Formats: sequence, structure tokens, C-alpha cells
Amino acid sequence: MDKKTPLFAEHEKLGGKIVPFGGYLLPVQYGTGVIAEHMAVRTKAGLFDVSHMAEFMFEGPDAVTNIQWLCTTDISLMTDGQVKYAMMCNETGGIVDDLVIYRIKEDKYMLVVNAGNHEKDAAWVEAHLTGDVKYQDISESLAQIALQGPQAKDILCKLCAPEYIPGKYYHFVENGVLDIGSRKINALISKTGYTGERGYELYSSPGDASDIWNALLLAGKGDGLIPCGLGARDTLRLEASMPLYGHEMNEQISPPEAGLPCSLDGKDFIGRQSIINRGKPSVKRVGLKITGRGIAREHCPVFDKAGKEIGWVSSGTHCPFLGYAAAMAYVPAEGFAPGTVVDVDVRGRMVEAVIVSLPFYRTEH
Amino acid sequence: MNFPEDLKYSRTHEWIKMLEPATCLIGITDFAQSELGDLVFINLPKVGDEVVKGSVFCDVESVKTVSDIMTPVTGTIAEINESLVEAPQKLNEDPFGAWIAKIEHITAVEDLMDAAEYEAFCKI
Repeated sequence: MDKKTPLFAEHEKLGGKIVPFGGYLLPVQYGTGVIAEHMAVRTKAGLFDVSHMAEFMFEGPDAVTNIQWLCTTDISLMTDGQVKYAMMCNETGGIVDDLVIYRIKEDKYMLVVNAGNHEKDAAWVEAHLTGDVKYQDISESLAQIALQGPQAKDILCKLCAPEYIPGKYYHFVENGVLDIGSRKINALISKTGYTGERGYELYSSPGDASDIWNALLLAGKGDGLIPCGLGARDTLRLEASMPLYGHEMNEQISPPEAGLPCSLDGKDFIGRQSIINRGKPSVKRVGLKITGRGIAREHCPVFDKAGKEIGWVSSGTHCPFLGYAAAMAYVPAEGFAPGTVVDVDVRGRMVEAVIVSLPFYRTEH
Repeated sequence: MNFPEDLKYSRTHEWIKMLEPATCLIGITDFAQSELGDLVFINLPKVGDEVVKGSVFCDVESVKTVSDIMTPVTGTIAEINESLVEAPQKLNEDPFGAWIAKIEHITAVEDLMDAAEYEAFCKI
């Protein structure tokens, strides 16, 4: 039985086309459509309900020890209010999930993981906890809204004093205060996102989510803010070449193979030795710009010009802002430099593509 | 949602306009384009292709998915609407004007619905 986020009623009111995703019912698009929603985020601003994401709190003297063991990244030099991207790996060096780590205090951290891996990740964490740490799955007590795009800051400023708005990317203000009507609503506000544009993610109590959502839509109306669904979330992240679990990452692929940051020389973590044992990666993640007629999508096999199958597409779509179809694919680590021409089997037709360096799109804002 | 009276409709949401007894135009309905979302690509058939009623004769792609378009008639592709190649969004903007193909030498036709029947069909 799929769950509803605290904003479900708002999506229905707005005419959202509801689909099941990660155990939740969420809008894949609104009446505006995926392309208009994608373009709004690139040129003005878009508002996303991302309450389906799961949040885990770690607190106590051994919070750091546990996170260091579970996650690839070294959190020992983090400061209060800082955010870091990381992965959890399994014993063979494959990726269990990717996540972001919020350092609230020296001994208090919030980890935000993918909705689709919620149960798996919770079980994984619980199986590996040690020492004096209080671990809590706080997902049900948090709603999350993402405000993304060049106008995001101006819009947020209408509801929020500057001291509550994080200045630096990958930083947050724990106790942000939003002035909405006569109320002051608390939210954790981070300068993070999954669109390739600058923007913010706001974590609030479920009960306050609708007020925040509607206040932002109203405040941003003149700036062109529109609500955006999962369809645009996917085209935006792909255009920005951001990896998605289940596509660019899975339990078999290691961080080095995925081209994701992972220090093997520092502190130990689950899977580190296995990654070292794998040796130099035999595959790598590349970008494909589709030059022929067709849209390469996940699972499409990739061939070299001699006709030999050499890889597979992990994600692909039409990129609305760039105006061409792009894909991420895994190919042999040797050779296949940017500029290499390949063929992709798109439903039985060979469509030509060229390997390009990532990201496809980088914001100017 | 539009259901033009002068067209016939298939259960798979294509519209058909009979031109002469053995020739027709075919496209997708307003209901179909609304369900599919923004269309970004069309894989047109080739002129001269033989098509068989009840089977796939071309496909369209939205940002997220590929969708097959079925032909309710058996015949030969006489013409294709090339303008859709560069502007697949016309299928969304003007579904009944943006014909996909003209089929001739029609030898068999599926049972088709008229506008009223199709509208009722869509509401189920």
C-alpha cells in the first residue's frame, strides 16, 4: 500500500498526475508537463515535494565512529552546519546507497537516503551499529520541500530573514524561521539539491509542510515559480549528470567504477578493502551525446564502431534545456575517451552517439 | 478533452479519418496525448511499409517512456507526416490536426467507435 506524503492533498489540488514511487504516491508532473517544469527550474524556479526521502539521526559519543564505518567519506573535519555527499558500500565494495550527511553538532548527524532504499538502508545500518550511539529513523517526522532555480534565493528571502538562509553551497541552517502569515514556522534549510541549479531544501514538520508549500508558491508566483514533479526531477538530474541509485549505482558497482569520490587511503569503512582488491576499475561511467535519431534509455547495449558490444546505458532521456538526447553509460575503462563515436542499440536500431565528458550541463547561475 | 464527430476511434486511442473507401489518415487522440505527456520523439513508419490491423506501426516517445501506436487497418503506408520529426510536440498541441500517416489499399478494418462511443470508452 503506497504512502502519501504530507503534501498529497496539495498535489491533487494542483492537478498533479499521481504515480507510485519509492513506496509513495507522488506527482510525476502537473498540468504544465515535464518539459515546462524542467525549463522553469533552469530559467526561473521550481518547487518539489521530496518528503519521500528517508532521514536517519545518529547521536551520541559513537555517532562519528558509526558513520565513519558505514560511509565512504571522512566526516572528522566537518563543521556544524556542513553537508557532505557519501555512499554506503557492502562487503564486496558495491554501493548500498548514496546519501548526504548533515552535521548538526559534533555528536549529532542526520543522514538523508533514497526513498527506494529506505528499508534496506535501515536494516543495513541497524546490523552494523556499534558502541554508544542513538540511531533513529526520523523519516515520518519530517517533510521535505526543494526550491530550485536561479530565482530560488529571491523567493526564499521573501519568507525568511537572511540569517536563516545558508550562504554557502552544501551548508545548512538548523533552526531556520519562515514568516508565513502570522506564524513563524521552523525549518532546517540547506543549500543543496538534485537539479544542477542553485537552490534550497527545507525540512519541516509534516504539519507545517502545506503552509510552507503554499507560501512559497505564492511568494514565487511573480518570479515564475511552478510546482514540478518526478519527471522533471529525473530529466534535470540527468542533464546535470547526477547519478541515480538503481541506474548509475547498484550493489555490484563500486564508487571508483561509478566515478564517485571515494578515498581509499584514509579511514576504514565497510567495503574499502574489497574496493582496493578489485584493483584498477575495468569499467567507467561516461556521458553519451546521441547524434543519431533516437533516445537511448537504460539497459540499451553500447557497441564500438567495429560492431562489438562494449557497454550499457544506465540512464538516458531527451534533455529539454540542452535540446538533445543524452545518456550515461558504462564502457571499458581503457580507451573510449571523449570524442569516441559509438553505436547504441535502441530497440533494435543502431543509433550513433559520441562520448562526451560530464557534466552535460553546468549552471551559470 | 476533444472528440471530433467526423472521426472514428480505436480502442488503443488512435483516430482514423476515412478519405476514400480504401484510404485513411491516422493519428493519436487528445486523450492519448494527454496520457502520454510531452512527446519528444516519433519513430515514423516508412512509405511503402505494409501494415496489418491490430499491430504496431510506429512509436512515440515522451520524456519518460516509449509508446506503441497501433494501426486498426491493414494496408500500405502512402504518406508520412515528416513535419512531426522536428516538431513532435505538434502531437500534443494539435492531436487531430497532426496526422501521422496516410494508409492506402486498405483491405481490412477493425471495429471502430464513433465519437460518442469513444468518449464513453475514455471515461471508464
